[in-house]
Amino acid sequence: MKIIGPFIAVCVLACIAWLGTGPLSLYTLFGIIIPYLAFAAFIVGFIIRIVNWGRSAVPFRIPTTAGQEKSLPWIKQNKLDNPSSKAGVFGRMALEVLLFRSLFRNASTEKTEDGIAIGSAKWLWLGALIFHWSMLIIVLRHFRLFLDPIPAWISALEGIDGMFQIGLPVIYLTDLGIVAGLTFLFLRRVVVPRIRYISQAIDYFPLFLLLGIACAGIIMRYFTKVDMSAVKELCLGLVSFQPVANVTEPIFYVHVFLVCCLLVYFPWSKLMHAGGVFFSPTRNMANNSRAVRHVNPWNYEVKKHTYEEYENENWEKMKALGLPLDFEHVKEEEPPAEAEGAKADAAEGANAGAAEGAAAEAATTQDSEG
Amino acid sequence: MAKLPNRTEMLDFDFSLPPQGWMDTTTEFKEGMFCHAVKPEKLEAVNMPNAHKWSASDEDWGLPEDWKAIILQGMADRLEKYRSFKLFMDVCVRCGACADKCHFYMGTGDPKNMPVLRAELLRSVYKRYFTRAGRMFGSLVGARDLTEDVIKEWWYYFYQCTECRRCSAFCPYGIDQAEITIMGRELLNLLGLNTDWIAGPVENCYMRGNHVGLTPPAILDNVEFMMDDLETVTGHYFEPSFNRKGAEILLVCPSGDLFAEPGTYTFMGYIMLLEHLGLDYTLSTYASEGGNFGFFTSNEMAKRLNSKIYAEAERLGVKWILGGECGHMWRLMQQYMDTWNGPADFLEQPVSPITGTVFENAASTKMVHMVEFTADLIYNNKIKLDPSRNDDLVVTFHDSCNTARGMGILEEPRYVLKHVCNHFYEMPDETIREKTLCCGSGSGLNAGENMELRMRGGFPRAEAVRSVVDRFGVNMVANICAIDRATMPALMDYWNPGVGVTGLHELVGNALVLDENDHRTINLRQEELPSARTDKEIADAVAAVAGPDDGEEGAA
Repeated sequence: MKIIGPFIAVCVLACIAWLGTGPLSLYTLFGIIIPYLAFAAFIVGFIIRIVNWGRSAVPFRIPTTAGQEKSLPWIKQNKLDNPSSKAGVFGRMALEVLLFRSLFRNASTEKTEDGIAIGSAKWLWLGALIFHWSMLIIVLRHFRLFLDPIPAWISALEGIDGMFQIGLPVIYLTDLGIVAGLTFLFLRRVVVPRIRYISQAIDYFPLFLLLGIACAGIIMRYFTKVDMSAVKELCLGLVSFQPVANVTEPIFYVHVFLVCCLLVYFPWSKLMHAGGVFFSPTRNMANNSRAVRHVNPWNYEVKKHTYEEYENENWEKMKALGLPLDFEHVKEEEPPAEAEGAKADAAEGANAGAAEGAAAEAATTQDSEG
Repeated sequence: MAKLPNRTEMLDFDFSLPPQGWMDTTTEFKEGMFCHAVKPEKLEAVNMPNAHKWSASDEDWGLPEDWKAIILQGMADRLEKYRSFKLFMDVCVRCGACADKCHFYMGTGDPKNMPVLRAELLRSVYKRYFTRAGRMFGSLVGARDLTEDVIKEWWYYFYQCTECRRCSAFCPYGIDQAEITIMGRELLNLLGLNTDWIAGPVENCYMRGNHVGLTPPAILDNVEFMMDDLETVTGHYFEPSFNRKGAEILLVCPSGDLFAEPGTYTFMGYIMLLEHLGLDYTLSTYASEGGNFGFFTSNEMAKRLNSKIYAEAERLGVKWILGGECGHMWRLMQQYMDTWNGPADFLEQPVSPITGTVFENAASTKMVHMVEFTADLIYNNKIKLDPSRNDDLVVTFHDSCNTARGMGILEEPRYVLKHVCNHFYEMPDETIREKTLCCGSGSGLNAGENMELRMRGGFPRAEAVRSVVDRFGVNMVANICAIDRATMPALMDYWNPGVGVTGLHELVGNALVLDENDHRTINLRQEELPSARTDKEIADAVAAVAGPDDGEEGAA
């Protein structure tokens, strides 16, 4: 159900667009109104989420250090996995976002009869990298529809993407990459028992949605051709706020509608990892908290057991040991307030209990260290 | 106490998964896998809320009437106060990269010990009460209601996490289960649901200055006893000072080093070194704990316990602080202390009085790690070492989780180790440095009643040790963590009998040549040294280690 459900949901969404633009010819709705709304929802939603995270405090400097820290000058620091400067953090984040550094560490653990075996496992890293990079390049390629004249960098990107010159129209590597990547990510969720166990409907839904978008796009490009001049006219119209929806092929609207669904869904889902990764305190902070004080905006005073209290409670013992003393001994009088007396009693009793427990434990396991 | 299963029984599990989803599996409280419930007086002594008598095996945990409101309000507060918490609740994509990285998952096969699912225990509640999708679609988006069973499940599994951060190193977004466990435990503590093993040391540390509850006479007695032993070994009697005003350096150690073997040998190593150098240092009976079980309770409690270190440094008028070998203690010194209780502007930037090295990495905290200090001494040829005194040891090095992934002190201990012993072998790459595997007993899980959990959680580490036992004949695990020293002997006895556990400075103490008449026949454990040596041999050994040093090992 957690797999079929999302699949059906995506099929239904595709059908809505098909029916809406095939039999019903609601081109303005599906080509102009919904895309505008979806885009606005995406921008607003994305900003809300980012602001929302930004509003939460970062009380402590807690990078996960994954290499040698900056220490003595003759010890070589791992500046990318354990950065101590802004430049280092920039490098770490760049590696993380562009090359999935942490995922590259991935290993797999297998249980054997009398032990465990840890082996290298780079497939997730590779599959994720192929999908995300394909997706990025495809999105960038789509800018050709919104810009006139088409900038040289887009043409260059298309040239590289289609460098093998196979097929007509030329097959883009990223079209293969995104389908292969998504299929891999889907299959591992189904095939690897552990991953299937942790997967939820909301993990399958975006995969199907993205696959639907990719498939509709591929069908348009390679099989049922659409009127590209009408598509470009619509896209340019959308960005110049004078849109005309002259495209009539329903498959185009299926593609666009699924993209709209993705845009609306994106900010409120796990897909926000795209924005969230930049906010991760274990990655985006320099490991320099011994050299530079980090300030907690909500740091507050706490109740402490002061040296004065400590000395007073241990005064006689400390005096007998010849330890230096700072204060006059205040003999414990009959407690003026009932509450304080009760507290002291509780403390005494607890101490005695703990000491006994500690002694017993030491005798048996020597693990009483705290 | 539950009977500890034998090795075959312990390994009789696999990574297969139950047919029903994790939300539909009820938590079975298995003897030996959890700690005793906290006794109310221990919470009351430190003003923790909702102290009450309860037991994990009870049906009714005696939660306060408004427990649900307390938890939800507690979550709301923490989502505002910790970006890590909010972000980590939101961005997980369940890619599963963390799933098989947790030592508790590797040692139990329990799917809820996959970090992703342990986080989902809390995330599901977050979704239900703090996200629109969760309120509208419920379990369809992985949300579920907060019930008393959920609280019990949290308690069982958030105390099956050692906050080691290994999952965080592998997560593409850096999601850190330690942060989630910390939040989970804070929430449980709002309901008075700590473990006795954590609350006891917290109360001791608050009232008496250290986890084990040592009073001033007990501390001085223990130290005197150790100094007597040192005299037997070295012929020198050392008298470390306590609470002495005007000393240059305050030495703060984990109290385990004052309390039980083999930590005491490590302490003897510190003292030998510092006394040999003639340093102007003192110890404190008040700040007699560097470790902090408050960190396994709540942020506030951790800050309360930590406060005495700077307070005592200020009172005694020292210039800077030197810290002993301890894992979570150093995570806190590195990432929390200055923020909690700083700025320490009454202290000075630490400078080694022996080498003149300015510890720039400690410019603000003013606290130096003992291993950094010793590595600097060795690099500058300021001490004479005879590593052959450790020749009967074939040593491997276990990076403690906190110093590896919450600090990054990886090369210094190895550099020291290579100068104090002749036989050092690394465990497999996947199990050391930033990928180090936990001892299985950190974050306050080093009790006796949960021994099965500890042996399971430590199993992956023990496996890695076994691999170097088989290949190189390793017989000693060196470390820089008091919890390791306290708990790994039991772990080794169970999985790799015959393998010992030592702090790094015990080996330093053994190798340290105090003067030309330092002819020892026994090591700090008063075991016979591998061979009786002549002066000539000692002189040769000293010449060999004191040669020009280009720091090659450090950079390796």
